[in-house]
Amino acid sequence: MATTTAHTEQPAGHKEPFPPFNSQTFASQLFWLVITFVFLYVMMAKVALPRIGAIIDTRQKRIDDDLAHAQKLKAESDAALASYEKALADARNRGQAIASEMRDKQAAASEATRKTLETQLNAKLADAEKTIAATKTAAMSNVSAIAQDAAATIVERLTGTKPQEQAVAAAVAGALKR
Amino acid sequence: MADPIHQFNIVNLFPVTQIGGHEISFTNSAAFMVLAAGGITAFLLATTASRSLVPNRLQSVAELSYEFVADTIQSTAGKEGMKFFPFVFSLFMFVLVANLVGLIPYTFTVTSHIIITAALAITVFLIVLIYGFWKHGLHFFNLFVPKGIPIYILPLIVFIEVLSFLSRPISHSVRLFANMLAGHITLKVFASFITLLGSAGILGIAGATLPLALVVALTALELLVAFLQAYVFAILTCIYLNDAIHPGH
Repeated sequence: MATTTAHTEQPAGHKEPFPPFNSQTFASQLFWLVITFVFLYVMMAKVALPRIGAIIDTRQKRIDDDLAHAQKLKAESDAALASYEKALADARNRGQAIASEMRDKQAAASEATRKTLETQLNAKLADAEKTIAATKTAAMSNVSAIAQDAAATIVERLTGTKPQEQAVAAAVAGALKR
Repeated sequence: MADPIHQFNIVNLFPVTQIGGHEISFTNSAAFMVLAAGGITAFLLATTASRSLVPNRLQSVAELSYEFVADTIQSTAGKEGMKFFPFVFSLFMFVLVANLVGLIPYTFTVTSHIIITAALAITVFLIVLIYGFWKHGLHFFNLFVPKGIPIYILPLIVFIEVLSFLSRPISHSVRLFANMLAGHITLKVFASFITLLGSAGILGIAGATLPLALVVALTALELLVAFLQAYVFAILTCIYLNDAIHPGH
């Protein structure tokens, strides 16, 4: 850059002091440092840093808001899922209740039918047993009459005399009793 | 061989005014200060003009620098340190850009002059003093009296603490100044070896590759130093400001 002017300004043969320690340049350097640094500070403090800070804050707020929104939506969907599952469980319970009720009712009905049928059958059975007993008694009385006749006939053939009716009946009854 | 000191010369470009018998000129140093301050402002304002919710690359750089300095302050001086955020940010960006621009050949390094780094360091020192006394009054002296020290060695400790406090602006300013000065001199010396060897025939050109490689490596190192020294300057500022905010040890 302006390196040539540096030499033209210094008188020839003059021993230059080490530049950073040349106190003649201090005033100018400090003057411009104050101006530039104060300018930089004011621009940073009043314009640049508030702006960047606002950008970062806005972004952070946006992220936080979005996260909160997502959290809210998640909670809502969780609640919907829970209520759906509750409804499902309720319906299932109700279905089971209806089914068991129906089952009980049908079991009771079939039990009742079975009972009446059984009593009817028992009655019929009892009737039949009575009939059998009557028939048996009738048959038994017939058997003794036939036996008496047969015995009387046998005795008459063997002895040639007709036995007494009462004696035959007693004998047959005694034989039947054995 | 080129004079390695020549790059630090202050060149008066045109006179401006006179203050208290001192000639005030617009110099090459002033030009680079204006460039640094104007460049930082223009860059930050231009890249954030659209205020995009999803930043593009350049806006990301602006936001990154903001968050980097904000994190540095909050980790060293706490939430209250954010009062000084614009100051620390200006300081960091000014030193960083001055250091980095100075690495470009034929430019001038503003921070290679002790008067600049000393002025910045003394500004920090005065802010610490003024804010410390304004905020805490005489309790600010607690800074020099560590708790839990036996009474018989307390005078010695207080003496050391006061001495180290007073020497802060010196170490603060000399660290940056010396790093910039030494780095640029080293670069210049090794670079002049290249031309020196290069003018000595075919063998010299072959030999010049060594200093060339060194200059490349040194340039990378100086880029790191330029950033690191700006960061060190800013973080030391934060640590000193932390003393003004919380003077109890």
